[in-house]
Amino acid sequence: MAITVKIPTQLRSVTSGEAEADVDAAATVGEVLDGLYERYDGLRERIAEDGGLRRFVNVYVQGEDIRFLDGLDTQVEDGDEVTILPAVAGG
Amino acid sequence: MRGSRCRVESLRCKECAQEYPLEARFVCDNCFGPLEVAYDFSGLDAAETRRKIQAGPQTIWRYADFLPFERPPQTALAAGVTPLIKADRLAERLGLREVWVKNDAANPTHSFKDRVVTVAVAKARELGYDVVACASTGNLANSVAAHAAAAGLESYVFIPSDLEEQKILATGVYGTHLVAVRGSYDDVNRLCTELSFERDWAFVNVNVRPYYAEGSKTLGYEIAEQLGWELPDRVVVPIASGSLFTKVAQGFEEWLDIGLIKGDLPVMNGAQAAGCSPVARAFADDMSVCRPVRPDTIAKSLAIGDPADGPYALELARRSGGGIEAVCDDEIRDGIRLLAETTGIFTETAGGVTTAVLSRLAERGDIDPAERVVATITGEGLKTLDAVRGSFETYEIEPRADAFAEAVEGDRVVA
Repeated sequence: MAITVKIPTQLRSVTSGEAEADVDAAATVGEVLDGLYERYDGLRERIAEDGGLRRFVNVYVQGEDIRFLDGLDTQVEDGDEVTILPAVAGG
Repeated sequence: MRGSRCRVESLRCKECAQEYPLEARFVCDNCFGPLEVAYDFSGLDAAETRRKIQAGPQTIWRYADFLPFERPPQTALAAGVTPLIKADRLAERLGLREVWVKNDAANPTHSFKDRVVTVAVAKARELGYDVVACASTGNLANSVAAHAAAAGLESYVFIPSDLEEQKILATGVYGTHLVAVRGSYDDVNRLCTELSFERDWAFVNVNVRPYYAEGSKTLGYEIAEQLGWELPDRVVVPIASGSLFTKVAQGFEEWLDIGLIKGDLPVMNGAQAAGCSPVARAFADDMSVCRPVRPDTIAKSLAIGDPADGPYALELARRSGGGIEAVCDDEIRDGIRLLAETTGIFTETAGGVTTAVLSRLAERGDIDPAERVVATITGEGLKTLDAVRGSFETYEIEPRADAFAEAVEGDRVVA
């Protein structure tokens, strides 16, 4: 088992078109994202800024916005689904 | 001169100014910022533009020069040119001199959403889509279903399952695919964002949102035109995502820039419900971003816990010398009654929020009595009937004169 990350279309140009990526050995959302940054060149600059996420990037664990949890320190377990989405929809 | 170059230039990122072609996209690939339509209005002559508007149709297409189309599109269902009413009795109750009510319930599906949807559906057709969709707190659901039906497009409308019955019924009647999602509006929005990646549909407030949002500028244009090509001193606008609030001001600023009107940007006051007030809270806390909340309010049409345009709404409120207030459910009910009793306009809960905020600003002395104030009433009271249920008494009597006299007039003797 691993943690599955769902990639939005806006980032697939840096993930070679992949819509999903599995990350092993990560205990928090921050570590999951670090794992992706190591794998995909250019990803970090697009969604991260000053050690945090850019303001129009939302991340969910099992459908829950991490801002309702512990942010990048939110714990993840094997089998969890982490979703990265643009925050500028709706209304 | 006009026509020598494209007036509608591109989509442009509001954060990093990266430009993109005019297609169905809403997010900057580089920084995830929102895209908006960029124009070049330098070819517009103010006097000629004004004449053209005045000779235009009684719909938002009279403002076609400021909307994202090379030519005004043919639309099956109109929107806009709603009444701006001088509300003297409301002004008197509030101790103000000049209050106007922009009654956007007078749109085809009874809310301001027809402005944005008529633009989005026209753009969806131009881009070749056969299916339109949306994530909605209710008013948008009504509007997308109706405009899609009129245009002969298939539609999918996603709503939170706990929506007011009136809004559910007034959506299903148009023959849409109505999907009630067990969750909040923010869950619905997240779902639609994910669905937009895999489906070749125009989600009006997701992948064609930059065009859709432009429709809200017409509310600002109309206020200025209906006031005799003048700006009010202050405008009160409800905030859900913050898009309407910022686009009304953008409309004013575009017209100021090309010299169609003179003066200063009005003071912009945003109105939220206390049970869902992420923007009001960030304003009070002097923050530049909003912390999401879980909504719990009767104002379901404003129940967006994670507002997409929150940072821009905050910036506008500060820049214009305005603010963002939050009012509780009882104040919202009082606002609905106040507007109804003084203007004859029955608004939904969002209009109750707007009226309650206006009332609070007046009571607190924030508004100079000499100001010209506009309250934007965005939706119809018949859509949120529970908000007024039990708020007044009905006399039930036998059909006899003495029964009427006894029950209604007490023991007064009628000749």
